[in-house]
Amino acid sequence: MAGFVRHRRSKRIIATLTGFEADLLRSLAAQLVELLRNEAAVPHEAADPMEELFAGSGFSGPTTEPDDPVLARLFPNAYRDDGDAAAEFRRFTEGTLRDGKARAAGTIIDTLEEAGLPPEPGSDEITIDVDLDLPTAEVWMRALTDLRLALGTRLEVEEGDEDYWYSLPDDDPRGQAHHIYEWLGYLQETLVLAVAG
Amino acid sequence: MAGRADSPLCHHGRVTTASPVEVDPGVEQDVTPDDVTLADTPWVTVVWNDPINLMSYVAYVFQKYFGYSKKKAEKLMLEVHRDGKSVVSSGSREEMERDVQAMHEYGLWATLSKSD
Repeated sequence: MAGFVRHRRSKRIIATLTGFEADLLRSLAAQLVELLRNEAAVPHEAADPMEELFAGSGFSGPTTEPDDPVLARLFPNAYRDDGDAAAEFRRFTEGTLRDGKARAAGTIIDTLEEAGLPPEPGSDEITIDVDLDLPTAEVWMRALTDLRLALGTRLEVEEGDEDYWYSLPDDDPRGQAHHIYEWLGYLQETLVLAVAG
Repeated sequence: MAGRADSPLCHHGRVTTASPVEVDPGVEQDVTPDDVTLADTPWVTVVWNDPINLMSYVAYVFQKYFGYSKKKAEKLMLEVHRDGKSVVSSGSREEMERDVQAMHEYGLWATLSKSD
């Protein structure tokens, strides 16, 4: 397992992943894209047709918090004590935010495939050299954050709960998912360090 | 809501150092009533603690997006971590909505509210 480093001369942000790690990362990113697209932003039905005309479909989004806890975490209410303002904010922003997050996760998939990750990695030992310029590294940072938010919310992680996770038997699927969550955290930490220097 | 539809939805980090809105009482007679209202009731962006985001990442976002120094970004990050929340910017309601949207883009849990 290796994290990100900044190449001294080229300043590029690089990491070497095993084929298994790269495939896992691609699969997680694809699941996130699917989640973001599946429970798609429901088109807003404007009460006033003039409002629809002026707003245009690009500004029509959902007004209620998503049911899925992961989506509710990715798109939190912007106002704590004002439901109407929160609904308005959501209507204008959630679609844009969803698109941005799906695009960022898609960038992870594209990077890995352009670096040579085959559609179905066989049993051959391969390594994938991830090589990012600064802007792409920042897109990866946001996407890794979203992946960690998704997995961490599903697992219901809490601050200081490491002992619980380490107490689970090796074959516990939640414990295995938590290992992946920690690995994503390691990738993210090394990426931030490599970028921020 | 007034002024919403024409707010830019794509926001490229403002480069500011301290508080974006400085209220100078001496200029009040020169500004329109709307400006006075804005200046008198500034809004704030609050970032809340969550158990998932990395401290290094949160500090990085504060530096990158708000243009804060490393020292200030780390102070705010530690406030979020220790106190559960921190006010990270202040200004007009429209500005704070842009900041909150940007924080959500970065995966931080942020809200806006009227300053106390």
